[in-house]
Amino acid sequence: MDRPRFRWHIVVFLAPAVLVYTAVMIFPLFNTLRLALFSKIDQERVFVGLENFQRLFLDPIWSEQFWNALGNNFWFFVVHMLVQNPIGIALAAVLSHPRLRFAALYRSAIFIPTILSFVIVGFAWKLILSPIWGIAPSMLDAVGLKSLFAPWLGKEEYALTTLALISVWQYVGIPMMLIYAALLTIPEEVLEAGEIDGVTGASAFWKIKLPLILPSIGIISILTFVGNFNAFDLIYSVQGALAGPDFSTDILGTFMYRTFFGFQLQLGDPHMGSAIASAMFAIILVGVCIYLFGIQTRMRRYQL
Amino acid sequence: MNKARSNPFNAIAMHGALIAYTLIALFPVFVILINSFKTRKKIFREPLALPDAESFSLVGYQTVLKQGDFFLYFQNSFIVTVGSLFFILLFGAMAAYALSEYRFKGNMLMGLYLALGIMIPIRIGTVAILEMMVQTGLVNTLWALILVYTAQGLPLAVFILSEFMRQVSEDLKNAGRIDGLSEYTIFFRLVLPLVRPAMATVAVFNMIPIWNDLWFPLILAPAEEVKTLTLGSQVFIGQFVTDWNAVLSALSMAILPVLILYVIFSRQLIRGLTSGAVK
Repeated sequence: MDRPRFRWHIVVFLAPAVLVYTAVMIFPLFNTLRLALFSKIDQERVFVGLENFQRLFLDPIWSEQFWNALGNNFWFFVVHMLVQNPIGIALAAVLSHPRLRFAALYRSAIFIPTILSFVIVGFAWKLILSPIWGIAPSMLDAVGLKSLFAPWLGKEEYALTTLALISVWQYVGIPMMLIYAALLTIPEEVLEAGEIDGVTGASAFWKIKLPLILPSIGIISILTFVGNFNAFDLIYSVQGALAGPDFSTDILGTFMYRTFFGFQLQLGDPHMGSAIASAMFAIILVGVCIYLFGIQTRMRRYQL
Repeated sequence: MNKARSNPFNAIAMHGALIAYTLIALFPVFVILINSFKTRKKIFREPLALPDAESFSLVGYQTVLKQGDFFLYFQNSFIVTVGSLFFILLFGAMAAYALSEYRFKGNMLMGLYLALGIMIPIRIGTVAILEMMVQTGLVNTLWALILVYTAQGLPLAVFILSEFMRQVSEDLKNAGRIDGLSEYTIFFRLVLPLVRPAMATVAVFNMIPIWNDLWFPLILAPAEEVKTLTLGSQVFIGQFVTDWNAVLSALSMAILPVLILYVIFSRQLIRGLTSGAVK
């Protein structure tokens, strides 16, 4: 025998994972992109090229909803980047202090909202913010700020931001943990060297620790981006598929669900749904590529 | 230690900030849990008071247990989560072993192909997944969910597990080969037990998103007999919006299983998150 025996065991080891992954994830992904090029005309599936996208971007009935959802989604993401990640980093910075007592206890407690489902979180906040129950107004009253209360989830101008902040409240645990882990890997000698040069406390954080954890901040940013652009559960459980009031909390996930599944008087249209999914895919792909090629490769990594 | 790092004022400020945030994090959960045990009147009149002998009531739980099929939902969630985890770990570990142990043509490429799914959410393919599940008759079965979650969990599992499998000693495997063990025996008997901690990490990472998912149960398995707990509570609460006792009790019943799982696995989860497995 010249050639080595064919190693069947490699095939056996790889096959189940590759089959399931290809059949349930990769194939449907491309099939969805393909379905976006079809339309249903008289119960027949007809190839229509880019017509669905033309409708989605240009036809006023569709494009208005699409740009609204996309804009809302960006705002949702911006709130996460501006509130969730800085709070997460600040909590991690405090938690990683070497002499802090009860650090493990705080860490576990702050992480609890992250393990709850959006359904629980959504309804819990809906009840707390509800003007009927009155927990939020009476608590504001206790600190003399009752006049600030408004039915935040019911007002068009506040609803989306309120939902984004609820989502921030829930997910702050993830950046906190990842940054905490990154901060723990910074060797003591580096910090001591800084101390000898008089860099301590807050300036040690800004000048020594922050540059060292930049790669982790990059990772949280892209995780936040991907997570936000396929978010759905929270909006759906709090505001329903119509993402009220008056679509002011509609994001791409709820828009796609409504379009493809149908809701109330609107009939489901899998082909338009696929077109929206393709647009989401493109947005996420662009985001991931910017991260991989534009940010990650340029970021300086320090050998510790 | 030097003065700058052990300033008592700093310590008080740090504890103050952490306690404040911990209160913010736990307050909503606390309010839901205590009010689920109170009478309707007390829920509205004193929402922040603990239940006492006078205000204690289980009427909400009675409604929930009578109206909703929560044990069935719980069982469905349990089957889906455990089933998916089993396949993610088994298939993921097998593929990770093939990629980390053997050199073959296309190894790199296969690794990259499997890693694609780490960043691309499986939800994008929902339209085609539903179509496929309808064609194969799997719609409204727990298998549909198990398959989807397995596919969703595999990329990260393969990625994490192959990192760990590279660290398993070469000598150990070669000793097994000299003793005439087959490649399968080496994998199942020698390698798997050694990467158990990594498997636990993967399991904990996947467990919570699977248990909490609303999207796929809503689309692939909305029928009454296959509803998961997450979808079941969503539907139930939607129907009982005005019955505050029932809504609060349903929420509490949905919180408890996850909270118990968290108490059991939190160490593993936090160790996994902080050990750099996700980096």
